[in-house]
Amino acid sequence: MLLNDIFSQRKIMWDRMAQKRKRGQEKVKACPKCKTEYYSGEWKENQYICPTCHAYMPVPAKERMANILDENSFKELFPQISTKDPLDFDGYEEKLQSNRKKTGMQDAFLAGSGKINNQKVAIGVLDGRFLMGSMGTAVGEKIVRLTEYAKKKNLPLIIFSASGGARMQEGLFSLMQMAKTAAAIEQFKRKGGLFISCLTNPTTGGVSASYASLGDIILAEPGALICFAGPRVIEQTIGQTLPEGFQRAEFLLEHGMIDCIVERKDFRDTLSSILQMHL
Amino acid sequence: MQTMSSYEKVQLARSKDRPGIYDYIRTLFDGFIEFHGDRLYRDDPSIVGGIAMFHDIPVTVIGHHKGKTTEEQIAYNFGMTSPEGYRKARRLMVQAEKFGRPVITFIDTPGAYPGMEAESNGQSNAIAENLAFMSAMQTPSIAIITGEGSSGGALALAVSDRVWMLENAVYSILSPEGFASILYKDAKRASEASDAMKLTAQDLKQFGLIDAIIPEGKKMFLALDSMLLRELNRLMKMNKTALVETRYQKFREIDHMND
Ligand SMILES: [Zn+2]
Repeated sequence: MLLNDIFSQRKIMWDRMAQKRKRGQEKVKACPKCKTEYYSGEWKENQYICPTCHAYMPVPAKERMANILDENSFKELFPQISTKDPLDFDGYEEKLQSNRKKTGMQDAFLAGSGKINNQKVAIGVLDGRFLMGSMGTAVGEKIVRLTEYAKKKNLPLIIFSASGGARMQEGLFSLMQMAKTAAAIEQFKRKGGLFISCLTNPTTGGVSASYASLGDIILAEPGALICFAGPRVIEQTIGQTLPEGFQRAEFLLEHGMIDCIVERKDFRDTLSSILQMHL
Repeated sequence: MQTMSSYEKVQLARSKDRPGIYDYIRTLFDGFIEFHGDRLYRDDPSIVGGIAMFHDIPVTVIGHHKGKTTEEQIAYNFGMTSPEGYRKARRLMVQAEKFGRPVITFIDTPGAYPGMEAESNGQSNAIAENLAFMSAMQTPSIAIITGEGSSGGALALAVSDRVWMLENAVYSILSPEGFASILYKDAKRASEASDAMKLTAQDLKQFGLIDAIIPEGKKMFLALDSMLLRELNRLMKMNKTALVETRYQKFREIDHMND
């Protein structure tokens, strides 16, 4: 082993010990890719990017707002909206309760207004931790209200998506949210509104096939899975394994489906630059 | 009446013996001329579209094509549409809007095609663009779910002023088999899933998610003909702004949440 390696290993060890003193009570979470363990505060400070292997972890909606918006500029809108379980679906109410407890959210969508470098925006974030960010009546209604709010206040609209698609437990009511959100976005765009759709891992199914694909500008995080049919469904249908990188952001860029890929740490600046050109 | 289980209805809705798109076209319209292609890539045979006369009204007709024999089903990809098919449908709707023709769609699909090429050609984009365009289209539209209306692939032709279902049709977020494999981790529990999903015309009418049920049997085509004539005349009398606004509110008001 080279002397340098020994020093760098020492440094990592010391760093871990310092973190342990500082964050002893925090939960530890391992990177799913390289298995290195970090404290929850470290994940947060790194915008949920693994410091070792640079893998992207899902970002809680509140943290996303904090990373994108000017400090203390976020004002939540429509926090009270929640689903009424239209199909009276067995076990759904319990699922909702446990997801609310886990995330502190009523449902998977956080909506509000805020500022990016002092420019006011309407902004929403789908939180992939809440029932896989699936879109049911509450999510659909909040997206529509946020869009109508942006239209009324003449604000640019930014939505970060992370979703497994339509919410199964609300059946056809969920399918209709695709029509409803697409209709609201269309009206907003026809009135001259700017909609920037930001796709993160994963954006699939009924979310990918509705409002999320309707951005005037579509940005995506590197490596994000973006698709209509999931890889497993396609593999079952065609009876073969899919090539590496299929349906990832880079693949969509190559096939002309998105405008650009933006590193998570550059997202705020990129959005700001785009907004500057739409004053 | 309600002697059939939901899953029996699913199977009946899928039956090859039910009328297909060309049966509706032959029986309800005159002088149908079929148009092809999306002007971008290819002609998707799982979607049939063109213009025809309905009584004295020129209309645009679009529908899924499943086919009846095995050879036909393979040729039409079992009614599973690729982006080209949705884009062909949109092209024909843009044309219908330009010439003020009402759009009548017939929906019968197991869903959008989950294939590699469909994904790389933008399946999500194609469906989303259809939803957006239909929601703001400045000409009347009526959608009829005739068999299996499954997932975004069905909705991509159904953001309409009127949404009707045949008595034994089903309309759902996903096939019951797919639903069961996701939520119950067991595709064999499709029958149970069908009940829980509430996908029959009767369930959906009760929820207000569809506007009317068309009784099947000998008089089905007659009933369909008179309903189409009555509703088209109503819709064609509305001014364009009111038409689009009413359609927007129709879908806008689909909610089921605490506020
Ligand atoms: Zn890692």
